[in-house]
Amino acid sequence: MIERDVIRLAWHSLRAHRQRSFLTMLGILIGIASVILLTSIGEGTRLYVLSEFTQFGATLAAVNPGRIETSGLPGALGITIHPLTLDDAEALRRLPGVERVVPVVMGTAAIEHGGRTRNTFVYGVSSAVPEVWRMNVRGGRFLPEMDLHRGAPLAVIGPKVRRELFGEANCLGQPIRVGGQRFRVIGLMEPKGQFLGFDIDDSVYVPVMEAARLFNRDDLHEIDVLIANSSMIDPVVRRMRALLTERHGDEEDFTITTQTGMLDSLGRILRIVSLAVGGIGAISLLVGAIGILTMMWISVNERTSEIGLMRAIGATPAQIMQLFLIEAAMLSTLGGALGLGTGMGIAHVLRLYVPGLPVHTPAEFVLLALAVSLGVGLLSGLLPARRAAALDPVLALAAE
Amino acid sequence: MIQLQGIERVYEVGASPVRALRGVNLSIARGDYVSIMGPSGSGKSTLLHILGCLDRPTAGSYRLAGQETADLPEAELSRVRRHQIGFIFQFFHLIPRLTAAGNIELPMVFAGIPAEERRERARRSLEVVGLTARAGHRPDQLSGGEQQRVAIARAVVMEPAVLLADEPTGNLDSVSGSEVVRLIERMNTDGLTLIVVTHDPQVGGRARRCIRLADGLVVEDTEPPSRRRSAAPAPEVT
Ligand SMILES: Nc1ncnc2c1ncn2[C@@H]1O[C@H](COP(=O)(O)OP(=O)(O)OP(=O)(O)O)[C@@H](O)[C@H]1O
Ligand SMILES: [Mg+2]
Repeated sequence: MIERDVIRLAWHSLRAHRQRSFLTMLGILIGIASVILLTSIGEGTRLYVLSEFTQFGATLAAVNPGRIETSGLPGALGITIHPLTLDDAEALRRLPGVERVVPVVMGTAAIEHGGRTRNTFVYGVSSAVPEVWRMNVRGGRFLPEMDLHRGAPLAVIGPKVRRELFGEANCLGQPIRVGGQRFRVIGLMEPKGQFLGFDIDDSVYVPVMEAARLFNRDDLHEIDVLIANSSMIDPVVRRMRALLTERHGDEEDFTITTQTGMLDSLGRILRIVSLAVGGIGAISLLVGAIGILTMMWISVNERTSEIGLMRAIGATPAQIMQLFLIEAAMLSTLGGALGLGTGMGIAHVLRLYVPGLPVHTPAEFVLLALAVSLGVGLLSGLLPARRAAALDPVLALAAE
Repeated sequence: MIQLQGIERVYEVGASPVRALRGVNLSIARGDYVSIMGPSGSGKSTLLHILGCLDRPTAGSYRLAGQETADLPEAELSRVRRHQIGFIFQFFHLIPRLTAAGNIELPMVFAGIPAEERRERARRSLEVVGLTARAGHRPDQLSGGEQQRVAIARAVVMEPAVLLADEPTGNLDSVSGSEVVRLIERMNTDGLTLIVVTHDPQVGGRARRCIRLADGLVVEDTEPPSRRRSAAPAPEVT
């Protein structure tokens, strides 16, 4: 028997009961569609977060006050939290293996120039920002090296701030007011886009001491540390932890986040998500498989006399088995393909309505979904097909 | 062509086994035209199924074209049916989803014959049974007589040696019934061995040789004993 003929015969019998075939497919269809939709969103999220974080370089470690486990649960209560200070930042910079340090104080403030005002993010930082945050200056220069404890009325602005306040005019050397204080613009950043929804281009950078004064605080929001190279991340982070613990009265009242640590915990979360998705998929595929099994069983019973006839005109038991197996496989693969289309279609529509939603369906998911539905069909067709093949031809012929 | 020796067929049903055939001896020459008649339940269909290798005797020997069939495996028997036997039935047994041509192609599909050759042979078969114009029609668009002619075309498209018919006119009016009989008789003239099970004495009487079954035994055989290859023992009546 030629494969094309087997497929054609199976197709004929599926088409003879269009509605019934479609309803039988529905189980597999819904299963594959939901798994594809969920994994597409999960995979899209993973890629999105990955690209968001890797734009800052792999050897960045961030120190924040307070203890937060990587799982996101707050740590033990009752620890007095020492603020992070500029002295902490300077101590960290002196550690071997630490290349540059950016202490961060941030807030929002009104920026004014020539009668125009814009509220934006103001970052109090050090001269190390271009290297540590991997950002480039387009015009002028970034904040110069200076004693962290001393300020200077200098500012570097993002391209969006420039556009809003200066239009196309030159901004370098121009005066602006930040929170009412006079600053002079000495640099313009290159456009960098968004990070987790924040518009990085809509920012102003001033010396950390100026921001501390502006926002009236003497502790830091964060200290970003650039480690010399990736093989040193672990020992340097250990040294940073030891140093800060000692400086904070033997309390580990801070959190050090590295990119690898972050990606690890992201990976852990996504693994749990994919386990859940896998569970949903397995259950719905099981339901679909039982549907196909039932329908094929009914079909064998209905077509008993047909099977007898086929045996009478020379079909071997193996050929009868093949016919029914292929029919089940087609039913389920077709359902899988339709489910694939539905899942990807819904993902597409979602992206149209929720523009920020990251969605991505890798090609191997598509192939896997088709392979799984083919396998489900073959498995659920096995029992009915064996029954069909084992029928006594004389009794089958007599059936009505 | 066909040699049966001591053929028995016993159905194990509950406590008392049903003995449908109780020692049939029969030999049929190539190209012969035989009718099998007898009362209902006498074992006619059972005998025909054994002749067509669709059923196995519980005892005895059946040689078809010189080959003993009793010990052939199931897949081998399927191949014997495919190439040597053609069946037609009272209820036509056409696949409702397939066209007349599609039904006729079916035995060739199982034989693995490529599509172009199938189409050509189906076309010729349809011509033989006079239904060229109905090639694309499905069974429910054909009359009973036309359906049976399609079934005949399907039965002979593999060019078998033996055509077995179980009540081929049982479901037809007399006009289309005699059309069908004439058609298979013409095929017999061309060399096909024809065996017809029937209740209709007019149909049965047309055969060159008439066999009467009763209670699982051959009780009458019009063939002159001189021509018999194996002498049947006198039937014992129990
Ligand atoms: N599968 C079976 N199980 C049990 N008994 C059977 C079976 N098939 C046939 N029989 C019995 O075997 C005997 C012969 O049956 P068969 O069908 O050959 O008769 P028949 O001569 O063709 O009758 P009819 O003219 O009514 O078609 C009958 O008594 C029948 O009841
Ligand atoms: Mg009968």
